[in-house]
Amino acid sequence: MQIHSWGRYPTTDATLHSPRSPSALRRLLLDTQATDSGATTAFDGIARGLGRSYGDSALAGTIVQTRELDQLLAFDADSGLLTCAAGVSLDTILHCFTPRGWFLPVVPGTRFVSVGGAIASDVHGKNHHLNGTFGQHVHSLRLLQPDGEVLNCSSTENSALFHATCGGMGLTGFIVDATINLRRIPGSAINQRTLRTQHLQDVMERFEASAASTYSVAWLDCLARGSALGRSLLFLGEHATDGQFKAPQRGGLGVPFNSPAFLLNRYSMSLFNTLYYNRPVNSQAEQRIEAGQYFFPLDSIAHWNRLYGRKGFLQYQFVVPDAAALAAISLVLQRSSAAGKGSFLSVLKKFGPGNDNLLSFPLQGYTLAMDFKFENNLLPLLDELDSIVLDHGGRLYLAKDARMSEATFKRSYPRWEELAQLRAASGADRMFNSLQSRRLGL
Amino acid sequence: MKNILVIGANSAIARAVSRHYAEEHCRLFLLSRDAEQLALQKQDLQIRGATEVDCSVFDANNFSVHEAVIDQVLDRFGSIDLAFICHGSLSNQAQCEENFDSALQEFHTNALSVISLLTCLARHMSIQRSGCIAVITSVAGDRGRQSNYVYGSAKAMVSTYLQGLRGRLFKSQVDVIDIRPGFVDTPMTHAIKKGGPLWSSPEKVAQCIVDGIRKRKHTIYAPGYWRLIMLVVCSIPEVLFKRLKL
Repeated sequence: MQIHSWGRYPTTDATLHSPRSPSALRRLLLDTQATDSGATTAFDGIARGLGRSYGDSALAGTIVQTRELDQLLAFDADSGLLTCAAGVSLDTILHCFTPRGWFLPVVPGTRFVSVGGAIASDVHGKNHHLNGTFGQHVHSLRLLQPDGEVLNCSSTENSALFHATCGGMGLTGFIVDATINLRRIPGSAINQRTLRTQHLQDVMERFEASAASTYSVAWLDCLARGSALGRSLLFLGEHATDGQFKAPQRGGLGVPFNSPAFLLNRYSMSLFNTLYYNRPVNSQAEQRIEAGQYFFPLDSIAHWNRLYGRKGFLQYQFVVPDAAALAAISLVLQRSSAAGKGSFLSVLKKFGPGNDNLLSFPLQGYTLAMDFKFENNLLPLLDELDSIVLDHGGRLYLAKDARMSEATFKRSYPRWEELAQLRAASGADRMFNSLQSRRLGL
Repeated sequence: MKNILVIGANSAIARAVSRHYAEEHCRLFLLSRDAEQLALQKQDLQIRGATEVDCSVFDANNFSVHEAVIDQVLDRFGSIDLAFICHGSLSNQAQCEENFDSALQEFHTNALSVISLLTCLARHMSIQRSGCIAVITSVAGDRGRQSNYVYGSAKAMVSTYLQGLRGRLFKSQVDVIDIRPGFVDTPMTHAIKKGGPLWSSPEKVAQCIVDGIRKRKHTIYAPGYWRLIMLVVCSIPEVLFKRLKL
């Protein structure tokens, strides 16, 4: 069937499997399929969780959905160690454990991702500057290897495989289950402070000054120009300490069908951005909001990706090191706004140090994420942006990527060769491949 | 709601419904053919908050064990507050048209096994004089359609049986609930092309079911708009309907 990920670009024809148990997953891997010509072929495909990666990293001719592998397997209420199958969603975890005073150590911008997907993309959240990525809070995981063996991996056991798998985009094997560290919180609500900043340098200085804030993220007006280039609203958050615990609410609005893409143009987006930037903000006062509203504002609008129309959109997320950040981000904003491309939601975030995972995205510096409606003249613009990012020592987020070139990838992810060697040694390179891994020459 | 028996516990809808009741700290007794799944579910439901989870491997098509298995549940729980029957299979219509053995097998699984279980359950619950029996049938039972009438007529048999049983158990204060889901994206419907506004997730359907059981509805359409759709489908004159490729 035809399938696409969150960005709705690209679309591919795939055979879908949804194994219901680890043993069914193993059978899927080991049973050779007879082809029409009588020959047999081994498994060749990729795992897919909830399909919230944007591009083609969870697309292949054969896709193994983990949605039926969604059981909680063990929980230690003293240490907060939770073991769950790879298909369990972060939403499920928050739903079950927030009322008991526990929270995920790292949450990305949506809670509708699976644990397996969060590990494979080594996702980050608004606390990256202090707490690092999701993978850094994985105590251990069990990986189904190409030979059918299930290996226990952690930073001390099979550590090379562990660091290849966290951030490894599903290319080392199937994550069967994982044990993650939940953290105790003093309350589930978030006390938020909102700071209005005048331009890019201003917001970066505020990020530096608020490095002690547990959570920080900025929404950036990507269509502002001149002296207002990079003007932003910076949202700082701390857990409330009132001892009240409520899981993020489910339900809300939905976008029932693809909206006509022409509704999103530079004028409507410019208007939205201006209104949003100028909304009343009291930067001195703290505002108490629900966790879901702070961490997952877009989750309350189901299928918001349909707003970008039938052809879908690309999310462009890059990171550049601290020293080059001001120059690089200014250039990217100037270039995209000169081309008349913009997005409703541009998100700026200061990262802390990177980690040991081979293909992990974050590094000490700044990341900017922008949504672009898919148009024919978009791809050349993004190639231009790539060269700005690479020239400044940065790289692109694989979970958002649908189009970067092999050369761009290999130049910006210097440890790709280690992953390729490990894959060749285990035979994973013949069995675990996505459209993305083939495009990037992995 | 305290003691809950789930028959066909490995179905996607049953799994989602069981999770709701686990969060309400109920005691659950799960019956399913698949031992590996039962073990996984047991752990899952306990972590989610179930007070107690018991399970037993059970094949609904083995009618001779029905009485014994209900006794086993009652021995364990003392009483059953909700018996939730949701096992079933989606027939291969074309095969059933050609081969009566296939059709009979479908009637066994989707209708006769349910009626056998209902017979045992009704006896115990009328003595108990409380509780609720909820059974998953289907919107397919509302009107026979050429594309799916073997499955549909099996489900219709159960629906009609439930109507009668509801009256019989009314004076015993036992509620009988007929749950009719529409298109649900589950492993049972794996072979069918999905997508479109009429398909629901098992979680969505489970929410409708739990809400409907709480309100003690007689018939739950899940989601609720299927009541309207089936009203329209059932009101098409037969002269026209027989010409439609539905």
